[in-house]
Amino acid sequence: MTKNEFCTRETAWCPGCGNFSILACLKKTLEKLELEPHKVLMVAGIGQAAKTPQYICANAYCGLHGRALPPAVAAKIVNEELTVILDTGDGDSYGEGGNHFIHNIRRNVDVSHFVHDNQIYGLTKGQASPTTEMGHVTAVQADGNINMPFNPMLMALAAGAGFVARGFTGDQEQLMALMEKAIRYKGYALIDILQPCVSFNKINTFDWYKQRVKPISEAHDPTDFGAAINLARTFGDEIPTGILYEVEKPVYHERHPVLQDRKPLISKKTDREKLEQIIKSFI
Amino acid sequence: MHYNLLIGGAAGQGIDTMAAILGKLLKKEGYAVLTTPDFMSRIRGGHNFILIRFGDGPVYSHSMAIDGMIAFDDETVDLHIDALKPDGFILCDEKLETVDKRAIKIRMTEMAKELGNPRVSGSIATGVLLKLFGLSLDGIKEILEQELKAALIEVNMKAYDLGFTQVEARYEKLAADFSDYMIISGNKALALGALAAGLRFYSAYPMSPSTGIMEFLASKSKELDVVVEQAEDEIAAINMVLGASFAGARAMTGTSGGGFSLMVEAIGLSGIAEIPVVIVNAQRPGPATGLPTRTEQSDLRFAIHASQGEFPRKVIALRHQEDAYRQTLRAFQTAEKYQIPVIILSDQYLADGSATIKPFSLPDEHSDDDPETMLPADYKRYQLTEDGISPRLIPGLTVHLVNVDSDEHDEQGLITESAEVRKNMVDKRMRKLEGILSELEEPEFIGSKKAEVLLLGWGSTWGPIKEAVELLNQETPDKYCALVFGDVDPLPDKVLKDQAQRVSSIINIEQNATGQLAGLIREKTGIVCSQSILKYDGRQIAGEEIALRIRGVKA
Repeated sequence: MTKNEFCTRETAWCPGCGNFSILACLKKTLEKLELEPHKVLMVAGIGQAAKTPQYICANAYCGLHGRALPPAVAAKIVNEELTVILDTGDGDSYGEGGNHFIHNIRRNVDVSHFVHDNQIYGLTKGQASPTTEMGHVTAVQADGNINMPFNPMLMALAAGAGFVARGFTGDQEQLMALMEKAIRYKGYALIDILQPCVSFNKINTFDWYKQRVKPISEAHDPTDFGAAINLARTFGDEIPTGILYEVEKPVYHERHPVLQDRKPLISKKTDREKLEQIIKSFI
Repeated sequence: MHYNLLIGGAAGQGIDTMAAILGKLLKKEGYAVLTTPDFMSRIRGGHNFILIRFGDGPVYSHSMAIDGMIAFDDETVDLHIDALKPDGFILCDEKLETVDKRAIKIRMTEMAKELGNPRVSGSIATGVLLKLFGLSLDGIKEILEQELKAALIEVNMKAYDLGFTQVEARYEKLAADFSDYMIISGNKALALGALAAGLRFYSAYPMSPSTGIMEFLASKSKELDVVVEQAEDEIAAINMVLGASFAGARAMTGTSGGGFSLMVEAIGLSGIAEIPVVIVNAQRPGPATGLPTRTEQSDLRFAIHASQGEFPRKVIALRHQEDAYRQTLRAFQTAEKYQIPVIILSDQYLADGSATIKPFSLPDEHSDDDPETMLPADYKRYQLTEDGISPRLIPGLTVHLVNVDSDEHDEQGLITESAEVRKNMVDKRMRKLEGILSELEEPEFIGSKKAEVLLLGWGSTWGPIKEAVELLNQETPDKYCALVFGDVDPLPDKVLKDQAQRVSSIINIEQNATGQLAGLIREKTGIVCSQSILKYDGRQIAGEEIALRIRGVKA
């Protein structure tokens, strides 16, 4: 094994699962970026997608369902030298973790968030996810889903994200390019990755996506917020993929008075003299 | 000898600033001081009061036998006149309606306006108090510089001088020697303990009565390189703290019962992923929103059992401001050593109350070990070991990969459903209890070894119980003793078992409705309390109240 090889492990995913493509793209991207496995931290909550950190040789934190962002962001806050990547699902990111999704966009900590979006719950066997379309029949939504689907692209733009992209597991070249840009981007970077669930989503199949996805025109200006909003609203007969929006924004570390010097927080020690003075101030 | 003052008024009238300054002035004069705020959950109006007890000996408990009442409104007089001693005084503005002969009416509101700032009437009152108690105005400026904005110091100085000339001295100045002590609240003492432990990251969501910890840490953030992040909710707060701890930062979160409820699942994550974490629950009366600004000790059972599954943890109840510092420091050491969640139970009485205590000393500097050099090439985060403690490395600071997982996992941290591995991992984690048990601190013994009656308590009732034992033993020498628990889970039982067989009756004293400590003791030791003194009206029991109720029990 070379220094920069990100080996992968045997998985427990269904044959034909979109997660395989994402794992393969992730491995190639990390190797292309010449990152070292021990400097990379993969974070996830719980779900089929959330097993990804288990299957690639890097540091891994698989925490609680819906709670991938808080530990990921905090790990980056205390040690900026780690490359922090979240690979987790639509339920984890937008359902159980919805509140963290909104508020970590506001924090703009430099992490990459890859959401495996198959528009269904896989691990719990086929209930509606936040991104499931209306009318979709499941064991729970027996008369068809009556709730409107969540639009992660629009939400991310509205909350102020500086890097908003959409990928598709059927276009690996594009997905790797997006991953590379997201990891290089300074700040919170979201890629919503459309992927088929071969076991539980018989509507949004590989072919369903294949017929609809369309790479965003090269004429699109990714700094044009209005144009990005229009692309984000487009989800139906045509689904645009690529970078919807990318602008520079000051990251958390730049804005934080304790972290501005860009020295890892974990390398800092409490100044005993100053602490003694604070104790004395109570006398 | 102790004096008891009550400062009362509506929210927004500045009584807390007045009490903070007065507390420091009294301590500067050598007195031991205990301040106990009683605030309503509102920003303006209502009725708030602060008790300030001071004297020449240590102050363990607040007291409702009032020597002096400083009333900023008529309601204060109406509500507390019955608690005023016959020879006590009411200090108030001339506009108050009271016709009580004990009233010292001074035109403070008008004087404050004449000085150019209507808000300095509290400082005029403080000047009056200093004179009444035979104290001086020395050292005021230094204290004001710590408490007030620079622009306000001069006008307040004038107010103190003016107040000081309004009355003659009435009380004798006692000789006392507490001027070298600190005066500090439970919340701030706790925060200092965390800072002394090397805290780098604190995340919380504001919730009374824990918010003071976050505010104090935020005020020292830049000076001491601590990141304080206000989270979107308590679930985020504890999960951020776990991420920070995993990545090598000493980290803590703090909340009260409602927020602690939201943190419960993550306490289990700390347990199974073996990530050290310190969690503060500053208790208030529940359930749900309860009484937000008041006190209770009703989360003992909850803290001990919070989260599904089984894993070792430690729960420490804080008894006083000194404990708040020392036990927080110890909580970090225990969490790090055993890679477990440590829960600190405080409560509103302790969190918001200030006491004079000996200055804190910092722990010895220890050189950080470099476990890297000691480890074999095949690093296993969850290696099965004899004491249950596996080698913990920090991701990024080692070439080894560090995997942690909330699923059951093998020694490398990879998900497994093997029956054998599962059992081995549960056993490994639970083996840590042996070490934790060996480091337990026995409860503090108070009173006479020859006692017939044993009082039991935990946490912040320490002071009132200590005072009650003294009061009771003055009447009936050697009859009473008490054990007050700090470590509550696991429960230390050696001293308890020994003392329980020497006495004829045992009375548990708790700020809850169900006698949670008594139940726990019965479960763990078979020892049964014969009487209970329980209080759950949101107000802390005082030493004199305990003594009164025990005499009642006996009668």
